[in-house]
Amino acid sequence: MNQRINLSKHHQWILWAVLLSMPYWMTLLGGYTDLATRLLVIGLAAMATNLLVGHTGVNSFGHAAYFGLGAYATGLTLKYLMPSTPAAFVVGVLVGTLGGMLIGALIVRLRGIYFALATIAFGQVFYFIAFRWNSVTGGDNGLRGFHRLAIDLGFMEFDITSSLAFYYVVLAVLALCAYAMATILRSPFGHTLQAIRENERRAQFLSIPINRHIWIAYTISCFFVSVAGSLYALLNNFASPHDLYWTQSGDFVLMAVIGGMRSFWGPLLGAAIFVLAQDYLSGVTQDWMFFIGMIFVLVVLLIPRGIAGLFQRRAQ
Amino acid sequence: MTQLILFNIFNGLVIGAFYALMALGLSLIINLTNVINFAHGEFLALGGYIAFTLDPYLGFWWALIVSPFITALIGLLVERVLIRPLYNRDPLYSLLLTFGLAYVLQDSIRFIWGAQGLPLQTPAVLNSPLSPTLFFLTGYRVFMVALVAAAVTVLFYVLKKTRVGMRIRAGTLDLEMVSALGVDVRILRNLNFGLGIFFAGLAGVLAAGMLGLTPTIGEALIMPSFVAVIVGGLGSLVGTLFGGLVIGVAAGVVTVFYPSASEASIYVIMAIVLLFRPYGLFGEKGGTKL
Repeated sequence: MNQRINLSKHHQWILWAVLLSMPYWMTLLGGYTDLATRLLVIGLAAMATNLLVGHTGVNSFGHAAYFGLGAYATGLTLKYLMPSTPAAFVVGVLVGTLGGMLIGALIVRLRGIYFALATIAFGQVFYFIAFRWNSVTGGDNGLRGFHRLAIDLGFMEFDITSSLAFYYVVLAVLALCAYAMATILRSPFGHTLQAIRENERRAQFLSIPINRHIWIAYTISCFFVSVAGSLYALLNNFASPHDLYWTQSGDFVLMAVIGGMRSFWGPLLGAAIFVLAQDYLSGVTQDWMFFIGMIFVLVVLLIPRGIAGLFQRRAQ
Repeated sequence: MTQLILFNIFNGLVIGAFYALMALGLSLIINLTNVINFAHGEFLALGGYIAFTLDPYLGFWWALIVSPFITALIGLLVERVLIRPLYNRDPLYSLLLTFGLAYVLQDSIRFIWGAQGLPLQTPAVLNSPLSPTLFFLTGYRVFMVALVAAAVTVLFYVLKKTRVGMRIRAGTLDLEMVSALGVDVRILRNLNFGLGIFFAGLAGVLAAGMLGLTPTIGEALIMPSFVAVIVGGLGSLVGTLFGGLVIGVAAGVVTVFYPSASEASIYVIMAIVLLFRPYGLFGEKGGTKL
């Protein structure tokens, strides 16, 4: 199956123009800057999830665990260890990635539905730890009492405490991560992942070490998800146990499906739709969960190939 | 101390019986159709709430009998309308669908019955402790364990001896072959789904009598049930039953020594099992059996 990793050059310019100007028109549309930033962060998480679900074809339903792990590790570092934003970010990413690596090693021998089941179940471990370890994590109330601080490079200082400045920091990180993910997918290793997705047995005959590659893909995916998690904690100056909860994992996968699992930027689009819908619905009705649930049901039944799939069909 | 440990082991057994009842339903559905039913916990809640509504008219005993059947009927309908179109697609889609369904059902329950907790009155006969020294052995708990044991026995009998049961077991091994032999697998999958939901409904009524009802009651019970399925091994119902009881009792025992680690302990058990037996205690790679 031939697959275009990227949009055409022309479309990419449009994408970046939209992203660069978003804080300005978001406020005009009744949104706010932090909503635009949240959209980018959640979009990054959805893209990272899709690296595994869409491009490797492994159904993981536990990615909120690494998202939340990154968020909590960042928050805890800022609160207890070191008042430095970059250090907290690095710790958050490291902890999330290590968590993914460990759990990945445990479940990588499983396949299909059993793999999905194990990711779901393991995803909950960290939730229970955060929920129960009241004295450190704040339990059900979430982790408070930390703030993102200006980045001090010695010779100059970046003030990222304002919403607008932080938006552009997040956008820069997203750009870097997207570039890294696209490079990985275009590399020989990335092609083996797609080979595994399309036909695992045949890939095995080509002497691709399937388990090891899935494990590496799992770890890479967790790395990018924990980058998003870290940013999320810095954005909200708060880490919530809900970030670790299994419903969050399902949301990530759905965003990938809404946008189109076979496309590279699809999950970002899916995340944009999902985050905006959630923000809007929770403002107008108490029963927003009902409508979010209906979005799941309708997307699965009506547009299983996502919005990117609609465009592809038209192109054919 | 011994009494405390005994109390928690028994408590664990009760909780484990719940997990097992939930996990058996999940397992039945996964084995035949490869569908992980995320909404299982919400069907459990539905069972409890329907019993609550029927209770003033029919009394506890009839509600206990009727409610699981109504829940199962809703399950049959859901399978027919929402899940059947997805069988030929990647399991990811049925996962997402039941996931969304869990949201929808939970919010609907909140809408219909309210967010406040509701009590389900259990008959006075069952409420008194059986003996003064073993204060924790209330009649209701003993009755619950006995009922779960009976339900599981009936399930295994149905699967072993009846025609539908044999077809379900055969379909677990090779659904295409069963279809080729002239069995309508659409009906088979539908009935099997309903059977799984019946168990969720039954667990719901029992849970409502012990814990009271809240719209999120299912959420707390579904994760351990997933763990029970994994620990027991996919494809093995005996394993699922065993897995549910083991993690229930283990969580109960851990509660004695270190209460805040009781949830984490079941995941430790799962990690250890996966490390040494990747396909669960009773599971076999690829193969499935009763």
